[in-house]
Amino acid sequence: METLVACLAGFLVSMAIWLMLSGNLMRFLFGLLLLSNGVNLAILAAGRLTPGAPPLLGTSGALPPDTMANALPQALLLTAIVIGFGLFAFALALTIRAYRSFGHLEVDRMRSAEPAEDS
Amino acid sequence: MSWVLALPILIPFVTAVLAFLLRGSRMGDLASVAGAVVSLAAAVLLVAVVLDRGVVAGQVGGWQAPYGITLVADHLSAAMVLITAIIGLAVAVWSLAEIGPESSRLGYHALFQSLLGGVTGAFLTGDLFNLYVWFEVLLISSFGLLVIGGRKQAIDGAVKYVTLNLIATVLFLAGAGLLYGATGTLNMADLRGAVAASPDQGLMTLIAMMLMVAFGMKAAVFPLFFWLPASYHTPHYAVSAVFAGLLTKVGVYALMRVFTLIFVGDIGYTHEILLWVSLLTMLTGVLGAAAQSDFRKILSFHIISQIGYMVLGLALMTPLAVMGAVFYLLHHIIVKTNLFLIAGVSRRLTGSSDLYAIGGLYRSAPLLAALFIIPAFSLAGFPPLSGFWAKFVIVRASLDLGEWLVAGVALLVGLLTIFSMTKIWAEAFWKAHPEGRQPALADLPPSARWQMMVPIIALAVMTVAIGAFPSAFLDFATKGAEQLLDPAAYVAAVLGEARR
Repeated sequence: METLVACLAGFLVSMAIWLMLSGNLMRFLFGLLLLSNGVNLAILAAGRLTPGAPPLLGTSGALPPDTMANALPQALLLTAIVIGFGLFAFALALTIRAYRSFGHLEVDRMRSAEPAEDS
Repeated sequence: MSWVLALPILIPFVTAVLAFLLRGSRMGDLASVAGAVVSLAAAVLLVAVVLDRGVVAGQVGGWQAPYGITLVADHLSAAMVLITAIIGLAVAVWSLAEIGPESSRLGYHALFQSLLGGVTGAFLTGDLFNLYVWFEVLLISSFGLLVIGGRKQAIDGAVKYVTLNLIATVLFLAGAGLLYGATGTLNMADLRGAVAASPDQGLMTLIAMMLMVAFGMKAAVFPLFFWLPASYHTPHYAVSAVFAGLLTKVGVYALMRVFTLIFVGDIGYTHEILLWVSLLTMLTGVLGAAAQSDFRKILSFHIISQIGYMVLGLALMTPLAVMGAVFYLLHHIIVKTNLFLIAGVSRRLTGSSDLYAIGGLYRSAPLLAALFIIPAFSLAGFPPLSGFWAKFVIVRASLDLGEWLVAGVALLVGLLTIFSMTKIWAEAFWKAHPEGRQPALADLPPSARWQMMVPIIALAVMTVAIGAFPSAFLDFATKGAEQLLDPAAYVAAVLGEARR
């Protein structure tokens, strides 16, 4: 199962790189979204996929059995997803603003901060 | 003692909330300055405690390390927190003169304070994932500060800044996740032992490289710096001053922390890469600066070349070299912020940042000219200013190792730095204004004059003081370097004596 998830993460990352190499800002953002999801999956897989008991102590306080799930990677993931969502929302708003300012989303033609040498 | 550690982080965020609630009114602006003063007091307290007791650590929520989140301050962290507070106060005062009601109403001061909070958190945390969260806090604040005002040029710069920094962020997250998968811990002190004990050292080096790329991108080292000269000259001057001083240094700090505390298993490989990266960073940065003719663009490229010196100190990894890197880090933040603030005043007086379109400042604003000379010569490494000692220690450390090439490059880059500073001096200060204007400080309204000049004078005095009395600062940096190279005290403070 870990192998499968790892392969899926790798597939997502490769697609993400393909999209991010495009000069279009919108495609880049989609690539970034795929990349962060690929990384999230990788973290989940790195924490081992343990289909066991939930990691909760009973009222008796007895330790749960060894097969309990590892909750920490999921907590990390949740944090990463929330942060990633916020950053993506900002990047999307910035993209809209850039489209309004420039009338296109080709990053190679956004030269107002770094004018070309000959202009 | 954990409140000493928590206060420097809490105060900026409380101030940010206050400044946001009062935004647009003069009270909001003043709340930001008042918060910066309180932050400075808290930072001084932290430094005093660290000087008194050595490394201090606190566990958030009472969860014992390595399970809970640890806040920890050694000499380096405490000094970085103090310098963040100093820069925060200087720029908060300076902002009063530059940031108009429009940007203020959009929440400039709230974003500024949360940026400072994020930077401070990154310096104080002892947990790798928590470091990621602080990076995000400061990143999202910096995004807001970069686009505030919404000029076309700033949007363009922000597109490049945001996209490249987000990639670095994802890489950092991936590295942290894989490291947790391989070692089962994220506490940095605990990771030292766990990484050393790992049976798969190759995997550890791989993860180290992922983090090196992620932090290197934040620190703007060769070949990952392209977002910096694309964006740092676009926002408000106050924003670029605080970015120039603090943001890349968080990346350098993270590199120093991780590559002295955690990944020391294969120094021959990782630090050799850091060495070449630092040399190329120094050279490309200073050559890039030589090709520019805009005040802020020249300074932006110089950030890159100076980052190279700090990484160089880390790469050499001798006590003297790491001491030099710590000293360089502290001196550089003050100098660089000051140069950007001076660039802001020059822009305000002359109406442009293009060096060929301005001039005459030496004749009409001699005070500003004198204040420019101090950080500019310090940056280039003139004795007796602070930059001389920083460069001296780094060059000395490389000569001790017999690294002639390294020492040669460091000296050459210093020489080329003088070339760029002379260019700014000749164009902006010495030559007459092309339109015959006489831009004088007296043209500014009195309040703006004070708000702009007092922070610049204060930072210049600090530069001179560090240069004139270097021994106290060098001793402090030596202690910081000792703690970095032998983190037994750090590990003991975090994990308790028993697990040393």
